[in-house]
Amino acid sequence: MTTVARRKTPKAGRAASDRRAARPGSGPPGEPGRIGWLYALPALLVYGAFLLWPLARGAQFSLYHWDGLGEATWAGLSNYTATWTDPSLRGAFGHLLVLIVFYSVLPCCIAFVLVAAMSRTKIRGLTFFRTVLFLPQVVAMVAVAVAWRWVYSADGPVNTVLGWLHAIGLPDWRHGWFGDFTFALPAVGVVGTWVGIGLAMVLFLAGVQKIPRELYEAARIDGAGAVREFFAVTLPGLRRELAVALTLTSIMAIRNFDLIYMATSGGPGDATKVPAYEVYNRTFNTGEVGLGCAIGVTLAVLAFAVTAGIRRLVEGKDA
Amino acid sequence: MNARAERFLNHAILALFAVIAVFPMIGIVAQAIQLPHADFSAFGTAWREGHFAAYLRNSVIVTAVTVVVAAVFSIMAGYALGTMRFRGSAALFLLFLAGLTIPTEAIVVPLYFDLRSAGLDNSYAGLILPQVAMSVAFGTFWMRAYFRSVPRSLLEAARIDGASSWTTLWRVLVPIGRPAILTMLLLTTMWTWNEFLLPLVIINSDEGLRTAPLGLSFFQGSHKTDYSLLMAGALIIAAPVVIVYVFLQRQFIAGMLSGAVKE
Repeated sequence: MTTVARRKTPKAGRAASDRRAARPGSGPPGEPGRIGWLYALPALLVYGAFLLWPLARGAQFSLYHWDGLGEATWAGLSNYTATWTDPSLRGAFGHLLVLIVFYSVLPCCIAFVLVAAMSRTKIRGLTFFRTVLFLPQVVAMVAVAVAWRWVYSADGPVNTVLGWLHAIGLPDWRHGWFGDFTFALPAVGVVGTWVGIGLAMVLFLAGVQKIPRELYEAARIDGAGAVREFFAVTLPGLRRELAVALTLTSIMAIRNFDLIYMATSGGPGDATKVPAYEVYNRTFNTGEVGLGCAIGVTLAVLAFAVTAGIRRLVEGKDA
Repeated sequence: MNARAERFLNHAILALFAVIAVFPMIGIVAQAIQLPHADFSAFGTAWREGHFAAYLRNSVIVTAVTVVVAAVFSIMAGYALGTMRFRGSAALFLLFLAGLTIPTEAIVVPLYFDLRSAGLDNSYAGLILPQVAMSVAFGTFWMRAYFRSVPRSLLEAARIDGASSWTTLWRVLVPIGRPAILTMLLLTTMWTWNEFLLPLVIINSDEGLRTAPLGLSFFQGSHKTDYSLLMAGALIIAAPVVIVYVFLQRQFIAGMLSGAVKE
């Protein structure tokens, strides 16, 4: 827009040539300009052919009814309307909302309160704690799923502890967690909380270190208690980190295929079906390729909206 | 509450969450070696029955090629976007940036059908090319940030010495940019190694091409509740990344946390 405005009001003499120099493509003599396209070309080609093109093809597929083998028939937007009229799919998106609470909201809230409580003291061994807390992020999700199937198994640690509680007179809370219609979804959610909480704590711990000590001292001189200090110093100081943590963890909830596939396959019944799993399930198990693609496109839009939305939220307050 | 007590409490909270974070991992190891017997036979059985030697080899090949190709392409594109002024560069950057949020779920179905028509399903190329594309989105974004931080005077000095833009990149900027490049290599290695959905869909018939995570899912299918075997398998596929992470955790954490932020 600015270049258009510039062209409309040309001014004579040196000012004009200065402006030309600042225009892209004509830097100082000898500075590489258009050759930039050549450098970017290999990346752009692979990126275009194997990411953007499939994305466009997915959007195209999503407008058809197709079983993957026979003739495709035009579907218009009916695959998209199915994402909220089909009870099982509506359920899947509902599960996603529940999982966002477990994957994103819970870990961020818990970590935030914990770190805020620690902001008054220097932490020793921070590197060690960081390394350990962040570890779940780097373990392959398929391996995490195997580990948690054991944690929740009939005689795994969770049921063992609940067995002890039962032995001392409490009700018997033991369950086959991943196989239970009521508890399978929260059980998956707890795995997400476990993965997310370390990430959030590491982010907030790093952020708290950057808040100038003087702000805390000033707050204390003003007689602020722990709660006032939290809202006046810690919360504003960690807004950026909070946004990053919320973004990363909710994207994790949206891209939740590996864990569901490995731990529950969407079961029992539809209890842990989520959109990421339905993309695969509808395409390869029930032969609804168009619908699978529509869910995939919806997830891409959702991921983009979450990223942009959370960032706007933070930057909007800054301005 | 006095400062000493507060300090103790804070460290106790951190220690508690550290224990929670490693608990399932400790469980993996304890189950795999069947503590307290310290019996390592599960690894041998899992290794043989799960064909993990072949699957790890596939993972190494796919990861190595993906990471190296993506790194070279990302360095070149990041160099262009970070140091050169050319028409459309801003739009090009936004295009790469958009790729950061595209989930695999959105592209895996069309990729399957199009790669199958092109005869690229059940092949290394079918695994590598899409993962190069995904890595290049992050890599270009990451390397551009590094190249922008390089002082312009350094570029000008190289140019005055008669270095071409190509020489400047590989002889001047890449050697001093090793920390940024290392972080990028680590992250793309981890993402490619851990990727599961893409191999699951693309390697649908040729068992010999399965990657390690895919191998684990089939191994789980045949040993549903034999947890010591399953845990041994999980340990085999997770260990390479975890070992590298323990030594280079600073780069891992910095990279993963900044990916979603700046600009």
